[in-house]
Amino acid sequence: MSHFEFKPKSKIREFLGEKIIFLSALSALIVVLLIFVFIFKESIPIFTDPEVQQEASIDKMTFQQQYYKDKPPKWSWQPNSEVPKYSLLPLALGTLKAAIVAMLFAVPLAVAAAIYTSEFASSRFREIIKPIIELLAGIPSVVLGFFALIVLATVIQEALGLTFRLNALTAGIALGLAVIPIIFTVAEDALSAVPMPLRNGALALGANPWQVSLTMVLPAALPGISAGVVLGFGRAIGETMIVLMASGNAAVISASFTDSIRTFSATIAAELAEVVFGSAHYNVLFFIGSLLFVFTFAINLGGDLLLSRLKLKLQGRSS
Amino acid sequence: MIEPRIADTPPPVDYEVQPTSFLTRSSGTVSKGLTLLAVIIIIAMLAVIIGNVIYHGASTISWDFLTSPPENGMEAGGIFPAVFGTVALVILMVIAVVPIGVLTAIYLQEYTRPDSKITRLIRIAIANLAGVPSIVFGLFGLGFFIGFVGSGIDSVFFDSGRPVWGQPAIIWAAMTLSLLTLPVVIIATEEALRTIPAELKDASYALGATKLQTIVRVIIPQALPGILTGGILAVSRGAGEVAPIMFTGAAYYLPYLPSKLNDQFMELGYHIYVMATQSPDVEATKPILYGTVLVLLVLTFLLNIIAIVIRSKMRRARSHAG
Repeated sequence: MSHFEFKPKSKIREFLGEKIIFLSALSALIVVLLIFVFIFKESIPIFTDPEVQQEASIDKMTFQQQYYKDKPPKWSWQPNSEVPKYSLLPLALGTLKAAIVAMLFAVPLAVAAAIYTSEFASSRFREIIKPIIELLAGIPSVVLGFFALIVLATVIQEALGLTFRLNALTAGIALGLAVIPIIFTVAEDALSAVPMPLRNGALALGANPWQVSLTMVLPAALPGISAGVVLGFGRAIGETMIVLMASGNAAVISASFTDSIRTFSATIAAELAEVVFGSAHYNVLFFIGSLLFVFTFAINLGGDLLLSRLKLKLQGRSS
Repeated sequence: MIEPRIADTPPPVDYEVQPTSFLTRSSGTVSKGLTLLAVIIIIAMLAVIIGNVIYHGASTISWDFLTSPPENGMEAGGIFPAVFGTVALVILMVIAVVPIGVLTAIYLQEYTRPDSKITRLIRIAIANLAGVPSIVFGLFGLGFFIGFVGSGIDSVFFDSGRPVWGQPAIIWAAMTLSLLTLPVVIIATEEALRTIPAELKDASYALGATKLQTIVRVIIPQALPGILTGGILAVSRGAGEVAPIMFTGAAYYLPYLPSKLNDQFMELGYHIYVMATQSPDVEATKPILYGTVLVLLVLTFLLNIIAIVIRSKMRRARSHAG
């Protein structure tokens, strides 16, 4: 008797199996929607509840406020003060400062390393470089934060003679270490994806290998490299443990990169544990979370768009 | 009169081969040298970090350190509760994330066309999930798992005022981490599924197997190394994440080990954060701090290296088959 006889039972099993697989596949989609709903839900009182708005309305979070009669208006983040102050500006500035340092540090290194790996390295050396960068990506961010706090901060402070041990520069460099693998991986993929016939054509016309790399492969792979930079920036904005440990967490407004900073992500991490459930402070922290979520969502869509444009370009289907 | 031409020789052209200028040649060397320098700097930074941690941490590591609890306000003793909590956490996480991640990958590779609307939507969701900041996962875990699911269970099954499930717990931390690592598992499994030769599936169908039978008996066994890689990478990622578990279950210090799903727990990464930032005497905790960092680094690196080896073996097998 045949073992693979078609039984009616297996039809039901087939149907159920397919449905279960389909439902599982929807999970990623559902989770993204749930994240949006549940993070945003907790920040709604900022828009609707007059009691919360007394302390933290969009207006109060954005513009200068006169908190005391005898003092000039200012932007200030002091949620636990007697007069709670919820200006997001110092936090936005801190986040941006750390991200700028991280990008200035990471982009040249990561892109140059990607160019070397895809254009100049022998295939054997390439097989060594890529896993090493993967190891760098594998370092937990709390370890990078620890290293910045214990070692890097002292080195930088002594080298530059800084007043503040923990500052935007230190946090930004450690943040850069977390961003390098992202930019490297995406950029290296893009460079390697430039088709061989294109390279050979240029070589046949008499260009040097490095001329081919810099004047032809690099421009062709540019959308992919930009995608890497964009995704790296998203990571730099959202990364938490490094800035929480190495930035000093002082919400000051200054143009200097050697002052302490407080970022959006570190603010949530530092304050959520002690906040009263359902208070204005609680709502503001979730609002910051919503901002981070929406921002990284946009960044990821942008990165995706750039990568699909790279694909079209390499297939010769774009202008 | 026209002079007769014997042969049609082309007119001489001035195709002078120009010697490559010094500038051209040297800028080749310079661009190669500069980009190589970037590679060397990155590798050197990695080496400095690892070297520093090993140098300061190696002397702390002992069997006692790994198996005894912290003492004297974490300035003495070991890290056993943190090791135990981390292992328990990632086991729970893997149980949650691997089945869903594998099934998602199977759906994307075997059930839909790559350009269908739903596939593209799911792919966008996966890419975005991978980019959501880990602290946002922490917020979500608090708002959804503890505030909604946990409190919901409490209000239906327990009418005492004390929260039973609606509080930080290892199960909620593990669930939060499983969402964060879902893209890792999906991507690794998909890569494995793509390497399975179509002939194998065709043979299975030709023998009369249904699609589900083919998936269970042919495709999943073939993809096992890839699924394993995904699981290992998820563990390595999950073991190092601190931000998502800060509010969903991790504790500063606990005198007991977690024994139930709704217990709180200690964790290596969180332990590092607490010791590095909250300790009254950082110098005194430094040896233990470095030891803990070394344990976490060794754990994540070992897992990563295993995953890299399995994957490169898999890729080699595919290139031989192709």
